[in-house]
Amino acid sequence: MSKRTLELELATPGVDAQGQPTRVPLTARPRPEQEPDLGGEHLLVNLGPQHPATHGVLRLVVELDGETVVRCIPHLGYLHSGFEKLGEYRHYNQIIPLTDRTDYLSPMSNNVGLALAAEKLMGIEITPRCTVLRVIACEMSRIISHMVWLGTTSIDLGAFTPFLWAFQQRERIYDLQEMWTGARLTTSLTRVGGLMADIPDTFVPKLREFTETFPKTLDEIDRVLTRNAVWAGRTQGVGALSAAEAINYSLSGPMLRASGVPYDVRKDKPYLDYETYDFDVVVGEHGDVYDRYLVRLEECYQSNRILRQALDRLPDGPINVDDPRVILPSKTRAMSDMEAMIFHFKQVMEGVKAPVGEAYVGIENPKGELGNYLVSDGTAKPVRWRIRPPSFINLSALPKMAEGHLLSDLIAINASVDIVMGEVDR
Amino acid sequence: MIPGAVREAVARDGERIVYVARERLLEAMTWLKETPGEQYNYLVDVTAVEFRDRERPIELVYFLRSLERRVDVRIKVELQPNEELVVDSVWGLWHGADWLEREVYDMFGITFRGHPDLRRILMWETYAEGYPLRKSFPLRGRFSRAEQVRQALNANPEAHYSLEELSIADAGGDLPEDMRERLRRGERGVIPEPPGP
Repeated sequence: MSKRTLELELATPGVDAQGQPTRVPLTARPRPEQEPDLGGEHLLVNLGPQHPATHGVLRLVVELDGETVVRCIPHLGYLHSGFEKLGEYRHYNQIIPLTDRTDYLSPMSNNVGLALAAEKLMGIEITPRCTVLRVIACEMSRIISHMVWLGTTSIDLGAFTPFLWAFQQRERIYDLQEMWTGARLTTSLTRVGGLMADIPDTFVPKLREFTETFPKTLDEIDRVLTRNAVWAGRTQGVGALSAAEAINYSLSGPMLRASGVPYDVRKDKPYLDYETYDFDVVVGEHGDVYDRYLVRLEECYQSNRILRQALDRLPDGPINVDDPRVILPSKTRAMSDMEAMIFHFKQVMEGVKAPVGEAYVGIENPKGELGNYLVSDGTAKPVRWRIRPPSFINLSALPKMAEGHLLSDLIAINASVDIVMGEVDR
Repeated sequence: MIPGAVREAVARDGERIVYVARERLLEAMTWLKETPGEQYNYLVDVTAVEFRDRERPIELVYFLRSLERRVDVRIKVELQPNEELVVDSVWGLWHGADWLEREVYDMFGITFRGHPDLRRILMWETYAEGYPLRKSFPLRGRFSRAEQVRQALNANPEAHYSLEELSIADAGGDLPEDMRERLRRGERGVIPEPPGP
């Protein structure tokens, strides 16, 4: 990354080049010959579970030597809701509301992930319009998730202004989500074989307006942070992981790419025809907090590009597959047509049966690779629904990254992982 | 040919599934990771599947990926429910397996031999109701609501923290018996009284 050529010289005021104070009051006692030895005794600090800088209910027990982190032990599970167990008792379409609540900062793309896995399991091909709309949903999710990340991380490091700018833009996407699904946070957008609703008429012009004005905010954030001496000083060289370490810790998404591994599910295992869109995979080289910031910022530009292309190519046509076994008939037809009513009844009472087998679909969520693994024994409810939670796995590298850094850097490192506890604990 | 491979199958999403004998799992994984031409250097996920048919073996599933070749493979180990649920840990090959194996242990009760810190991860450590994702575990838990509330209030997981707690993570399997006994009772990391005058 060429942006990364910033040299910092942070002068400490009041200290000369030898580190001696320039202003000493006349009454000061002479400096002792030997400073008392304060090393050796370690201090334990409990951070969280209720702490604004842990981004949810994460508890970190930190062993400190002075201000240096010797060891950091994360404790999870405060938000454990047993979604995977609940999924075993629900029809495939009934699982979709659960996915909203895992990574609640990008609900639409979680919905898409589950629907894709269920469709793969059942062998359903979705319609072209639905494919493009799902791409729009995924990229909108990426933007709001990265905006929250930018805002909260900058606030963790003491920069308040980007937080307000980022949340303002996020709100515009939330308006669009509300327009489309009726909900801001718990969207439940997809159904197996399609979507819960088509977009309203005013959606396309509003989203187009967003894609035209949004890069301006990104430019502003870039101008305020990227060359900012305090920002660079707090993030460069902090929490760095090499490419080999990132792979060994199974990191994914921006965390993996910031370490210089060019793996993006959208390019390397394309779903939803992502291979036909023109966008770049953003790769860092140092793998520190600063590179993760650059990667996420640039990904917002790329998402914006994809959104524009998707809007340009959005075809007309149905959003649901033409298969009465998986898609509910319209209410009017269910009330007037015998056959439609039977299908309606069977779907609501019995659910959609999936053939025996298993399917795993990984999608590039804002946090990393979100995997949905469904195993079916031929009934309408999965035997096992496994979420591969990207932020859970990314977080597992936190103790390694934090070792030897200052306690204040731990906050920056933890923020850079981009966790959302709803997904970590599920 | 993968060492220890028993049979192969193809999943509905077109991925290759290889069943590996339990005793030779680590050998097979090392081979997959280090053999040129295979280079499955990335562990995507570790999970387990128990079927509604209790006679069927529990499957332990490893998702591997070669980042160079952009190829995935799914390795499965079958564990008979009537025998001891123990398998070798792959933590030495991929550190990413650390929390994933802990979660499988927490949710299914499968023990990973050689894991450095096999503790519960999502449930608290004194959780006594069993393993939530097993099919024998009722959806609302084994205990009554009142008992669950009572235990949850007494669990008090963040009341104390101590150096002892940190050392547990290091000690792994070789904790002294009395300490393990205290942990089992839920008395952990109690701050010692200051010495008398």
